[in-house]
Amino acid sequence: MTAFYVMIIASLLIALGFLAAFMWSVKKGHYDDDYTPAVRILLDDHEILTTKTIKQKSDQKTL
Amino acid sequence: MNAEKLRTEKEVQTKHTCYHCGEDCLDEIIVQDNHEFCCDGCSVVYDLLKENDLCRYYSIDGAQGISPDKAYFKGKYDYLDLPEISEKMLEFTDGRLSRVNWQIPKMHCSSCIWLLEQLYRINPAIRSSVVNFPEKKVRITFEAGEIDLSELAGLITRLGYEPYISLNDVEGKQIKKWNRTRLYKIGIAGFAFGNIMMLSFPEYFHLGNSSSDQNLRTMFGILNFALSLPVFFYCASDFFKSAWSALRGKYLNIDAPIALALLCVFLTSIYQIVSETGPGYFDSLAGAVFFMLVGRYFQDKTYAGISFERDYKSYFPVAVSVFNKGIETRKPITDLSPRDQIVVRNEELIPADSVLLSSRAMIDYSFVSGESEPVERNVGDTIYAGGKQTGPAIELEVLREVSQSYLTQLWNHDTFSKEKEDQNHTLAARINKYFSVIVLIIAAITFLVWFIILKNPETAFRAFTTCLLVACPCALLLSSTFTNGNLLGLFGKHRFYPKNAHTIERLAHIDTVVFDKTGTITQANEADVEFIGRELSDEELVMIKTIAMQSSHPLSRMIVKSLNGVSASRRSLGQYAESGGAGIKALWGKKEVKLGSAKWVGEKLAENIQNDASHVYISIEDNICGYFTIKSKYRPELEKTIKSLQNNGYQTYLLSGDKPTDKALLKPIFGHDYNLFFNQKPEEKLHFIENLQSKLGRNVLMVGDGLNDAGALRQSDVGIAISDDINNFSPSCDAIVEGSQLALLPAYMKLARSGQQIIKVSFGISLFYNIAGLTFAVSGNLSPVIAAILMPVSSVTIVAFTTLASNLAARKWIKK
Repeated sequence: MTAFYVMIIASLLIALGFLAAFMWSVKKGHYDDDYTPAVRILLDDHEILTTKTIKQKSDQKTL
Repeated sequence: MNAEKLRTEKEVQTKHTCYHCGEDCLDEIIVQDNHEFCCDGCSVVYDLLKENDLCRYYSIDGAQGISPDKAYFKGKYDYLDLPEISEKMLEFTDGRLSRVNWQIPKMHCSSCIWLLEQLYRINPAIRSSVVNFPEKKVRITFEAGEIDLSELAGLITRLGYEPYISLNDVEGKQIKKWNRTRLYKIGIAGFAFGNIMMLSFPEYFHLGNSSSDQNLRTMFGILNFALSLPVFFYCASDFFKSAWSALRGKYLNIDAPIALALLCVFLTSIYQIVSETGPGYFDSLAGAVFFMLVGRYFQDKTYAGISFERDYKSYFPVAVSVFNKGIETRKPITDLSPRDQIVVRNEELIPADSVLLSSRAMIDYSFVSGESEPVERNVGDTIYAGGKQTGPAIELEVLREVSQSYLTQLWNHDTFSKEKEDQNHTLAARINKYFSVIVLIIAAITFLVWFIILKNPETAFRAFTTCLLVACPCALLLSSTFTNGNLLGLFGKHRFYPKNAHTIERLAHIDTVVFDKTGTITQANEADVEFIGRELSDEELVMIKTIAMQSSHPLSRMIVKSLNGVSASRRSLGQYAESGGAGIKALWGKKEVKLGSAKWVGEKLAENIQNDASHVYISIEDNICGYFTIKSKYRPELEKTIKSLQNNGYQTYLLSGDKPTDKALLKPIFGHDYNLFFNQKPEEKLHFIENLQSKLGRNVLMVGDGLNDAGALRQSDVGIAISDDINNFSPSCDAIVEGSQLALLPAYMKLARSGQQIIKVSFGISLFYNIAGLTFAVSGNLSPVIAAILMPVSSVTIVAFTTLASNLAARKWIKK
């Protein structure tokens, strides 16, 4: 019988964890814009390395 | 012989399209790096991108570039660096890093998103930039000391993406930020609903009745109670607050019976747990709250990038150029005081009532008063705020502060403080009132019967509270919220954006439609141009186009546009002169060419010249070749739309601020001319609608676009603003429609009416569930399982029905 008590409490706690995660993501603004992130992942990130970008990167590293 | 025929006789030339913006290269073709560009602006942006290795821009979506704003000049954004302005502009700053959130109306595709997020590659002082596409905003984080706001604004303007900064960003009410609380409440309610149902499952199957399970039953009961606490006190708080404030105002609104039902269910359930007489109805409670919150979320959808609450402050710029002891600086317009000397350039707005110091100005008041042609003003004339200067820069001396101008007085009219919405008059609210009263009576009778006649007090209480639970008008509420919510989405797909569900209901009761003319039923920037006279040679066409290009008068611009097959010459013209209201003249080599009114070229007007168009005469060396007729172009589907409205029983009117030049043209479209009114001032438009409403008792729909329609839009039962660019300013209204979709207006109204019928039918369905549940409740037999089943089943049925029915109705009425 005690097994039931433990199991129920445990499952409720896990569910609470998910709820907390949901609230946290709303707070962080994940639900403010549900369109742009979808477009963003389709634009990939190759950078054509030219002397200018290499110089920029090394400048940023030394800053 | 008209220009069109001449054009087709020319040889067909190969098409040159600009590599940057995709438009045809008409007048000049700039070649660079084996690519062709249509103008300097586009090739400069290309250079900028190439220099920073950003040419990937062109491979994402093709030639989606934008030619940068030609009105930009160095120093335009200097006012942003003024401390009082930058303070309001910056979202965040800590001395090292600053963040600003600007609206970029020109953003329109994935290339734009990509480029705007690569800004850090152009200027290393920019740390990052994140685009929010539905809102058309970009959030830029930059190093505070390394780059000024004005430089930042200049950078994105030179790429073609100028920020839209208006007086509203600096003062005036900020547009409400999207509310996250709703989502928190939905999350908690959903969590509680699911878990309570899970814990109630044994009860549904009548398990756990043996004594050994008693402890478990108690524990489940306590857990259910604990889970329902946040639902009752936090998630449902809006219903209670609304019902309470209505109660204090001594009337019952739609939330009152819901609040009462929730309260009864909560108390009954607590009683059952405590006295161990039952498991309580917490699952129905949480379920009801969850479904209603979800419904409200869909119904109150606001469109992220559109605002219905804009007032004149969104139309005005933040700063204007001021001359102070010979030096030109930018000053916020709210700091303008009388006797300041300001400079207003071409296409810039005049921010305050002032006196003209320059010799001549051509002011375009079309957005403010509806007059389509610019008016000429001379030195010493008073010029009112709100007009745009067309032509060279002018100097003015300020007469009154911005807040004292004529335009502001217009906005202070009473109409703007009245509230149009009354939640208590929606269809749902009215049916609710009857329904609630009937249910209360049934519940009271049940209670009395059980208590007095059948002498069973316990069953009496149970029957009473379960009656109220079943009769919870949640199903009724869901009918209207989901129907309207779905309709909002369907309208949005066809680029018609009503402000909220209440607007759709008011739309269904309209019986009269009033149109504005300029910009609403006419297409701004387009015209029908025809040349009547002798045949013009190629050289003559080039001559006319080159000279007309020097003038910024709208008629000249229309002529230039109509001659788009002709390339203008770069030749410099001698003795170019423009005389406002009359015409322009210049020397082409040795020949004097004049374009203008009949008097200007020396033509004696015959009696039978029609007065329904503007005529621009051409004379070369005093020989009159003929004239151009320029008629405003009406939206192509206008006649069909008006006829369709009239066939469906709507009365139609036209109220225009313009002169009655097109009266003869409009008469066949509207059917008669006693419904057409011209030269209407903004106040007259407002009063006209007021009269229709009070004296004739009509429900009026007004369709307009300019500031001169603002009062009328507010006064009418439903005010629709037409916009060809949704993100630009449109005056305060109840709905926004894209210009090209105006033809669907009759279909939208039919759909709104269908929506009302669908709501009524789904009320019927919910009534059926209510009666079924009531029979159980009245007999005291409503077990939690029945209640728990009825609740989601009825909700799902209603949601499914309303969604399907409204989608079908949309497909029926809106045939593309």
